[in-house]
Amino acid sequence: MAKVEDRALAPNASLNDDIGEEPRLRMYRMQVEIREAEQRAFDLFLQNLVKGTSHLSLGQEAVAAGCAAAMKPGDLSFCTYRGHAHTLARGVAIEKVLGELMQRDNGLMRGKGGSMHLTSVDHGVMGSYAIIGAHLPIACGAAWRAQYKGDKDVSVCFFGDGTTNIGAFHEALNFAAVWKLPVIFVCENNLYMEYTPIGDVTAVPHPAADRAASYGLPRIVIDGNDADIVYRTAGAAYAKARAGGGPSLIECLTYRYSGHSRADPAKYRPEGELEKWKERDPIKIYRERLKQFGVGDDIIVGIETDVKRRVDEATEKCKAAPPPPADILTKDVYADGGFAWRN
Amino acid sequence: MAELTYRDAVIRGIAQEMTRDPDVVFLGEDVGKPGGVFKATVGLYEQFGPLRVRDTPISEQAIMGAAMGAAMTGLKPIAEIMFSDFFAVCFDYIANEFPKSRYMSNGQVKCPLVIRTGNGGGARFGAQHSQSVENWCMMIPGLKVVAPSTPRDVIGLLAAAVRDPDPVIFLEHKSLYATKGEVPDGEIVDRLGTANIVRPGKDATIVALALMVPRALAAAEKLKNEHGIDCEVVDVRSLVPLDTQTILGSVARTHRLFTVEENPRLCGWGAEIVSIVADEAFYDLDGPPVRITTPHIPLPAADFLEDLALPSVDRIVERVKRSMQS
Repeated sequence: MAKVEDRALAPNASLNDDIGEEPRLRMYRMQVEIREAEQRAFDLFLQNLVKGTSHLSLGQEAVAAGCAAAMKPGDLSFCTYRGHAHTLARGVAIEKVLGELMQRDNGLMRGKGGSMHLTSVDHGVMGSYAIIGAHLPIACGAAWRAQYKGDKDVSVCFFGDGTTNIGAFHEALNFAAVWKLPVIFVCENNLYMEYTPIGDVTAVPHPAADRAASYGLPRIVIDGNDADIVYRTAGAAYAKARAGGGPSLIECLTYRYSGHSRADPAKYRPEGELEKWKERDPIKIYRERLKQFGVGDDIIVGIETDVKRRVDEATEKCKAAPPPPADILTKDVYADGGFAWRN
Repeated sequence: MAELTYRDAVIRGIAQEMTRDPDVVFLGEDVGKPGGVFKATVGLYEQFGPLRVRDTPISEQAIMGAAMGAAMTGLKPIAEIMFSDFFAVCFDYIANEFPKSRYMSNGQVKCPLVIRTGNGGGARFGAQHSQSVENWCMMIPGLKVVAPSTPRDVIGLLAAAVRDPDPVIFLEHKSLYATKGEVPDGEIVDRLGTANIVRPGKDATIVALALMVPRALAAAEKLKNEHGIDCEVVDVRSLVPLDTQTILGSVARTHRLFTVEENPRLCGWGAEIVSIVADEAFYDLDGPPVRITTPHIPLPAADFLEDLALPSVDRIVERVKRSMQS
């Protein structure tokens, strides 16, 4: 399936109008929504209204938007603790996400999961996993179900560059390849595993793509800051998986603007690196893209204004929401709804 | 009624559930074409085909994760981890993933799966292929933990586990695979969370699990015949949910409690039972509860040493007798 690569790396691929206006507007809106919601989450931290920890995707919006926009309803997303973006990208309401970050009763899981475990089965968000690598095999299992039942959905599994050095990554890749599962592994290579540059701790330059050959998969590295390229590459991989062609491993080059988590000021980055990446900001790129395709300023500004208003509204609703009630503390440990382990 | 080995009961139990429900699928290392390293899955591949009985690579995390993903999205997987010791290389799924997904998602995610595994000592395999890991599992909220001692219970409890909506750890005892027992014809479905009084008695209650059940029964015979001590033996069968009522009821009649545990002593399941009895039935007791366990050691390989480590019939007899006569 060299086609996946060819399409992604085709010169001037972004100028081919194979995507169309509606998906482009959707991807732009989604990137702006992720940017605004994540920035709001950061601001709410500073006000001590977001508790615990949080891992933001500022700067990585194009991966989430491009991958989600190429999905069909019923496709499944498996995310990491850096999962706000992928959750929003599947259409989960901003209020639900911010409410969970603020640990209020209106949160997506009523505060029982928190920032690192966003889950919305109704939207195909099958969980956000905070143990590095755990969800790659789980995504394989969901894909196995699709294969076994003849369902046409694909399972899309997002993870960071650091994940490529844990055992579960390699077990899952081999397993998915041997069983030809309809699963797509999307590595968001933001250059840092937590605090350490990924290159310092990885034997190959491209932590995901350079491992693909070990599992009989094509090497795919793309510009993860261009939502069009992400959309095309993901779409081709989904089509291949739906057609029974098995898994794909896509490495998206991107950059996170903030630290690993709330506790990390990211002082380990060389001077000027952040600024250099901001020149290739995914939202800036996409704003220009829309203009190239003749989308008017009024429409672009309209999207931005509308998203900001909705983030503001969601924030106010979350601030007004109560904490979760005490009676949910012991609910849903077991399927009977409770936590009884004895008679 | 037919006499069946524990090993063949595993095959029959899996086959019963796979026949009943096409969503029941089975995966593990060497479970398909080879029929399992303990020959406890022979014929399933031939009967149900390569789509439902799947051989995996030696990738315990992939096995566990695949089972979970399948369970979350509508299948009812049975996964085999060859030796329970290998739980340690995929413990994330046991400790963090299966049992917490429902709670963390506020009830959205379901994880109805069964992990079968060969547990326990007696096969002279040494410290990494002989452990009794039931205590590793029962301490985790969200899991259910089952350990049958007879062929009939293997089938009935396996069926109950497969039909249960929660993740179930199903501990088969390696030293019981060759043992035989009477099994009724037709479908057998038991209930999780039910202990069985497998030998009535009036002087003392011995609570045991898996391989320790036949040993407790043999000890009870000796205690009766040689020392006139009439012991009631309770087969716990299910550690989570735990049938404390059967145990408390027995202690209320006999006024003495002994646990026989194969796991090493610290934090063994018997400690929880002793704690419950001390808390809720203290004044029923005529003497201190006694735990008979493997010492707090890794298991040795040599038969002579392993036999010293695991609770034996003679050790149970001696310990009960000493306690009852003091």
